[in-house]
Amino acid sequence: MELTSRTVVTIVAESALESRLVADLSAAGVPGYTVTPAHGAGVRGQREGDIQGGNIRIETVLPHDTALGILAMLQDKYFSHYACVAWLSQASVVRGEHF
Amino acid sequence: METTSVVELAIANLLSPPVLAFALGLLAVAVKSDLRLPEPVYQAISIYLLLGIGIKGGVALRDSSLQEIWLPIAVTLLLGVLIPLGAYVISWWFTRLDAINRGALAAHYGSTSLVTFTAALVFIESSGQFAEGYLVTLLAILEVPGIIVGLLLASRARKGGIAWGESLQEVLSGKSIVLLVGGLAIGVASGSAGFASIEPFFGGLFTGVLTLFLLELGIVAGRRLPDVKRTGWGLVAFGTLFPLLAGFAGVAGGLFAGLSVGGAALLGVLSASSSYIAAPTAVRLALPEASPGIYLTASLGITFPFNLIAGIPLYYWYAETLGGLIGWN
Repeated sequence: MELTSRTVVTIVAESALESRLVADLSAAGVPGYTVTPAHGAGVRGQREGDIQGGNIRIETVLPHDTALGILAMLQDKYFSHYACVAWLSQASVVRGEHF
Repeated sequence: METTSVVELAIANLLSPPVLAFALGLLAVAVKSDLRLPEPVYQAISIYLLLGIGIKGGVALRDSSLQEIWLPIAVTLLLGVLIPLGAYVISWWFTRLDAINRGALAAHYGSTSLVTFTAALVFIESSGQFAEGYLVTLLAILEVPGIIVGLLLASRARKGGIAWGESLQEVLSGKSIVLLVGGLAIGVASGSAGFASIEPFFGGLFTGVLTLFLLELGIVAGRRLPDVKRTGWGLVAFGTLFPLLAGFAGVAGGLFAGLSVGGAALLGVLSASSSYIAAPTAVRLALPEASPGIYLTASLGITFPFNLIAGIPLYYWYAETLGGLIGWN
């Protein structure tokens, strides 16, 4: 089995941002992603599935350069005003051409 | 009609199951209970309430003539512009917040709260009073302009303008408007004969489901209460005194437009209540600098409980007293 090295971008953000984030990811050339509801706590305070709609967790598997571009875009547009965190991690995938 | 004393009205409201369930929610937070309604249940109930109230309003709207409703609609639109302007100016006296945060407050107070309206409707129906069914149409109308005016006020202070398309899309295609307007259309099309077939679900069960919903909202509001201490007394004063003023404007406007005492009281409730479903999302997207710790706390932690507990009977009392003064009934 041939494994290809890829980078996972995980974004946790307030759910009001979902459609905006997804549009920005598509514009950055992200071919696919997974969105799941999330709740937890962070530096901006505790968040739960309350009236604000809680949080979402978006994951996408990308070539490393595209992933860095996503982080830069988040830094530029989201981090200063919104409850939004993101991190990168390494992954190995089969069918590398899918990601 | 004999005027009821404001104390009797307040007690009748306080001892109603929905308001008591709200208090139980507050209590649950105070004793650190882990009680929560599951998120999908909460979502399902809010859809039920929006659609149910829309359909019932539509059935009533079918029986009203355009001649009867154009003036109430015009007054509602005027209130939808004046209330956020008032909130923007008056919040400055109490809080000294910057223009963006006051614009965010204006968007919330200019828009309206479905649950407060629904609780008021149940209160008026259970005390055997009449209210025009087309008030639901006014609810749908009042949802939108306040948000636009609030965002406009804030946008003057904001560099880089506002993502209007996205925010308006969020408001107009949000579940509040889709379900209220859709429900109205269903009600108008099907009429009372059609409604009879769904009455057990959307009529008979309605107050019970509202009670369950208010239990959850008591918990959500209770969790906001610690933030109230942080935001200071100026915001508390604004969050309680401004609704008294806006409620009076709504009642006076309603009586002027020819509404019954119950109808004018409901327009008062609509004017006094502030949004915490449609407005927060639109404001979050359009005004990221505005602090949710201020606008959500004011709307959900201060004004919503205040209206539910004290405001509803008070606006009804306004309507009775003012209606009596001008010899309406």
